[in-house]
Amino acid sequence: MTTITADGHIDDHAHDADHKPAFFQRWFMSTNHKDIGTLYLIFAIVAGIIGGAISGLMRLELAEPGIQYLQMWATAHNGMMGGGEASLDEAYHLWNVLITAHGLIMVFFMVMPAMIGGFGNWFVPLMIGAPDMAFPRMNNVSFWLLVPAFLLLFGSTFVPGGTGLGAGTGWTVYAPLSTSGSAGPAVDMAILSLHLAGASSILGAINFITTIFNMRAPGMTLHKMPLFVWSVLVTAFLLLLSLPVLAAAITMLLTDRNFGTTFYDAAGGGDPVLYQHLFWFFGHPEVYIMILPGFGMISHIVSTFSRKPVFGYLGMAYAMVAIGVVGFVVWAHHMFTTGMSVNVKMYFTAATMVIAVPTGIKIFSWIATMWGGSMTFKTPMMWALGFIFMFTVGGVTGVVLANGGIDDNLHDTYYVVAHFHYVLSLGAVFSIFAGFYYWFPKMSGRMYNELLGQLHFWIFFIGVNILFFPQHFLGQQGMPRRYADYPEQFAYWNQISSIGYAVMLVGVLIFFVNIGYSLLAGRKAVGNYWGEGATTLEWTLSSPPPFHQFETLPQIK
Amino acid sequence: MTHFLKAWILAIGLILTPTALSAQEALPAAPVVDPAAASAVESADAPAAAEAPASGLDPALYTPMKPTPGIGMPVDGNIDFQQQFSPTGETAHWINSAILVPMMVGVSLVVLGLLFWVVVRFRRGANPEPSKTTHNTFIEIIWTVIPVLILVVIAVPSISLLARQFEPAPEDALTVKVTGYQWYWGYSYPDNGDFEIISNMLSEEEAAARGEPHQLAADNRMVIPVGKPVKLLITAADVIHSFAIPSAWFKLDAVPGRINEKVLQIDREGVYYGQCSELCGARHGFMPITVEVLSQEKFDNWVRANGGTVKGEAAMNEVSAEGRGAEEETSTVVAPEMVPASDSTGATAPSASAPVTQ
Repeated sequence: MTTITADGHIDDHAHDADHKPAFFQRWFMSTNHKDIGTLYLIFAIVAGIIGGAISGLMRLELAEPGIQYLQMWATAHNGMMGGGEASLDEAYHLWNVLITAHGLIMVFFMVMPAMIGGFGNWFVPLMIGAPDMAFPRMNNVSFWLLVPAFLLLFGSTFVPGGTGLGAGTGWTVYAPLSTSGSAGPAVDMAILSLHLAGASSILGAINFITTIFNMRAPGMTLHKMPLFVWSVLVTAFLLLLSLPVLAAAITMLLTDRNFGTTFYDAAGGGDPVLYQHLFWFFGHPEVYIMILPGFGMISHIVSTFSRKPVFGYLGMAYAMVAIGVVGFVVWAHHMFTTGMSVNVKMYFTAATMVIAVPTGIKIFSWIATMWGGSMTFKTPMMWALGFIFMFTVGGVTGVVLANGGIDDNLHDTYYVVAHFHYVLSLGAVFSIFAGFYYWFPKMSGRMYNELLGQLHFWIFFIGVNILFFPQHFLGQQGMPRRYADYPEQFAYWNQISSIGYAVMLVGVLIFFVNIGYSLLAGRKAVGNYWGEGATTLEWTLSSPPPFHQFETLPQIK
Repeated sequence: MTHFLKAWILAIGLILTPTALSAQEALPAAPVVDPAAASAVESADAPAAAEAPASGLDPALYTPMKPTPGIGMPVDGNIDFQQQFSPTGETAHWINSAILVPMMVGVSLVVLGLLFWVVVRFRRGANPEPSKTTHNTFIEIIWTVIPVLILVVIAVPSISLLARQFEPAPEDALTVKVTGYQWYWGYSYPDNGDFEIISNMLSEEEAAARGEPHQLAADNRMVIPVGKPVKLLITAADVIHSFAIPSAWFKLDAVPGRINEKVLQIDREGVYYGQCSELCGARHGFMPITVEVLSQEKFDNWVRANGGTVKGEAAMNEVSAEGRGAEEETSTVVAPEMVPASDSTGATAPSASAPVTQ
């Protein structure tokens, strides 16, 4: 902050915008939104490597029918804790631990930290012309809650969880498998991990809402606010309203497990299905939490590389608001087979389909933004184009699953796995890569390598499609989710799917080579390296921006 | 004299009932032996298994039917749903093929086509000067209204399918109570003397010996009559399971402390496979569902082979022989003996007595 003292002397201790604290103070006690954003991105990359490696183990085991590696891994896992040879049951339990860890890591420790914590922290203040977040120290608390949360989840895999080591409940932690069905401290640790991650996100959401409502530059009305900021605003409200419900649900799990309550036990007057209602009241908004910031990023990227303003700005902003609102009243489509009444199933079928309308508006508006544009196809734009098509594919299978009567067959099959990986692994992850390439030079001050970026896109694009598209077929043929082994009638498409993983892995390796190369030897980036199409406020600053920016607030016309 | 006898029989029945119940309670504890261990036991007994009737039931009344390859089970490399054999399944499959798949392909191709068009037509080389258009109310209304219409076209048959799926079973429909256990299924027949079938997965060798697909085949099948609505009451004893038959478009969760009801009707005699469809612990993937659909006559014989009573017959017997009532009571004891314990394989014998923890 620049303070001008009475005698007109400018306090130069605060005057130097690029005065950085020493290493420990800068990275461990940070109050700077850009540094905290960087920490979040590094955290997300580390978690993504672990979560992605777990899916590699799973695809390796599933490449052929029969148990090939699982028992070996379970023995090694036991060995780490001083145990002996793993039984087949312990091996199967390890499978459940892997699927649980993969789901929780990717949702809570990869996608959310990358999108909201990483890009949100970095670019919301920059885009609204604010010097920092509203509560800088709380921002730091948000990040540092995530670290023990991750350590708890990681640690839970090394303590008893029932049949074997670790929590094998699935990321949904359904009772009574998670209560009476899983003895030992592993599930308790996983629940506490979710508590901490949830608290972290709630604090982050409060921070974003306050920042966006109070710290916009003069002249920036809500209707002039960049779409990425709109998307983070809607996301923050979803977090704020849904996470407390998750916290309550898993707290009751905890007391059912440890203190003899029976919230989810019919024998004591509770109901296992109640847990599912509470979980999905959080869980469905959660899937929009994971995709809305991506919508925002894609809008900017499409506009920048078409050299054209976003088409139908207000429609785009309010489509996100509509998705957020409707997203709260469709949760039970995750529970179509729990034995709900016909009227309830009809309502949730109809309500779920409604979401396709605002989503369609967004898809068509992105295309209309490109229409009449003057497009270039740099790496971020390739990811954005890939996103639009792949999200459409994930969206139309979502319309199929929305039908309660059709879902009776597809529920809990690989069709569902394919659907949500199309909207997350090909939707959310594509938008994260798009945003990463779009803003990497802005954050690091160095350009990424375009050739490696293009190569990364194409190989990853081909890989994930080979990986996930055949899973639709497996699901239609009836292969259930969360199976360590399967009848040989499912062998063909499983093998193809595993080959797809290997292709995707090559793409990811190229990504890391690109990061390493660019950080060490990338060209220096100018302030606005995308040229005239890039119009938001972050492009008025240097790359990387000064340690403190906008000491004089920009005026928006 | 007869009254005196009847009173005695009833008394014995009452005394026996708790024993029968406890026998039944202990039984679910019989877990499947690890497939690996099972195969070790099995390999020694394999020749015997081939000779002995697979079901352990009176072969004059019932011999397990062989499945038809590709029917009621997945087909490797196939991309569509399994062939459907229930009325609602056929409708649902039709809705998917005739409405949903064309919708998916159509929407995806429209988006892909538009993307190709803008990429070719509006690339910098072809269009150096971008337009400044940011609004077009007409087109925005169009792309809001058209998806709404598409959704209405989907919703109408979809909602009526839901209504059909919830049509209750007729009064006289057969009732089968399905119970999910960690990690096997129990099928009891309250209309037929309430015997319970315990259904464990067959080991790879056993399945091969019987000519059935491994991980789909179970030792004792759930048997229902063909072409008739059967009322399934589905519940679970420990954690949530899910009872699924993909070729009948059937899936309903088995939730402990709750009984879910749904009508199952399969219109072709044969064997249909399914798998547990809700994560239920370590052996979630190894508690398959095998349903055998028989003509009413064969079904009745199967009931008799299990010591159960056939509807209608039971009433007649009760009039003619008064001791029948007591036999009915004991039939609950008979049923557990049908469990593979008496099987030549011995692999799935209720050797372990550790109860399923609640």
